[in-house]
Amino acid sequence: MKFVILGCGRVGSRLATMLDMMGHDVAIIDKNQDSFKRLPPNYNGQAIIGVGIDEDVLRSAGIEQADVFAAVTNGDNTNIMASEIAKELFNVPRVLARIYDPLREETYHALGLETICPTTLISNVIVGRVLPGENKPKVPTPAGTNPLGTEASA
Amino acid sequence: MYIIIAGGGKVGRFLTETLVNRGHEVLLIEKEKYKVDQYTEQFGGIVVQGDACEAQVLSDAGIARADVLIAVTGDDEDNLVCCQVAKRKFKVARVIARINNPKNERIFRALGIDATVSHTKALLEIIEQELPLSSLRHLHYIRDSKLEIVEVIIGPESPARDQPISSLNFPQDSSILLVVRSGKVLVPSGTLVLRERDEIVILTPQNSDNQVQEVLIGE
Repeated sequence: MKFVILGCGRVGSRLATMLDMMGHDVAIIDKNQDSFKRLPPNYNGQAIIGVGIDEDVLRSAGIEQADVFAAVTNGDNTNIMASEIAKELFNVPRVLARIYDPLREETYHALGLETICPTTLISNVIVGRVLPGENKPKVPTPAGTNPLGTEASA
Repeated sequence: MYIIIAGGGKVGRFLTETLVNRGHEVLLIEKEKYKVDQYTEQFGGIVVQGDACEAQVLSDAGIARADVLIAVTGDDEDNLVCCQVAKRKFKVARVIARINNPKNERIFRALGIDATVSHTKALLEIIEQELPLSSLRHLHYIRDSKLEIVEVIIGPESPARDQPISSLNFPQDSSILLVVRSGKVLVPSGTLVLRERDEIVILTPQNSDNQVQEVLIGE
């Protein structure tokens, strides 16, 4: 399968390496060349420097032939916009976006994006391990989840 | 009108000032605390600190009763998400997004945000009018119709010089709006013969520049 990954941070580089080892066709995009140092020397996929919300950059990564697009930069809005471009403009069959902010994740999930929220995911895992068998309540998202109003973990 | 502005950079600040002076109820949302403090001093209590992409922040800002939301941060992805959340989650009647990279205009439209303002493109149009880079000047883009208004001045080498309008092969769906000769407006009828230095104002499809150029300016 052909994968296009946006963001070569810890998650992106690991994902790209894994898929490459599994024999898939992988292209990874990052705006910073230094990020590609996270890829192993024997990585066989493509590495493209550029902004992931730029159609031309996505095209040069082969988005038109991609089966899967995964946006895993540390910017929620970048991931959202890039995923929407992949989904709506390039009709990529499977598009996944990482969104740190639970409320934003909820909103875009409801709007039809396949989203992954590490914040809720990890909280659930910890509670599940420490208190197995107990029901996990649905946490209402409080005002000021992100008191500084900055992009989550940017 | 109740207007919410997202992003307190130069544009957001000036916009706030202008709209307040025109008597509108305005709320400015800005992330950085030092800017919020500074603007609060200037505008009073109409500035709040927060991320305007967060539904909770918008909800606290009273988005439910807002007539318009204008997103003018320096990041296109932030403006997109802010407008989408306002429009889709809170059903705000009008949302307007600033676009920093003109390439994104088409993308925003495809993603449901129709009202966009691209200062980069606007600046380019103004410069083009002041400093004719080609003999064809773009006067105005009519967004939804895919039409534009352009102006051409007939030069000495123009193939249209001394020709009646009816003999010229203009692009389909275009029409001549005006012919200005020595400061006088002439009715652009088919029999009107074009002269050197005539200014012609044409309504034409946005992708037909080359054909207009061929007819009025030459190769």
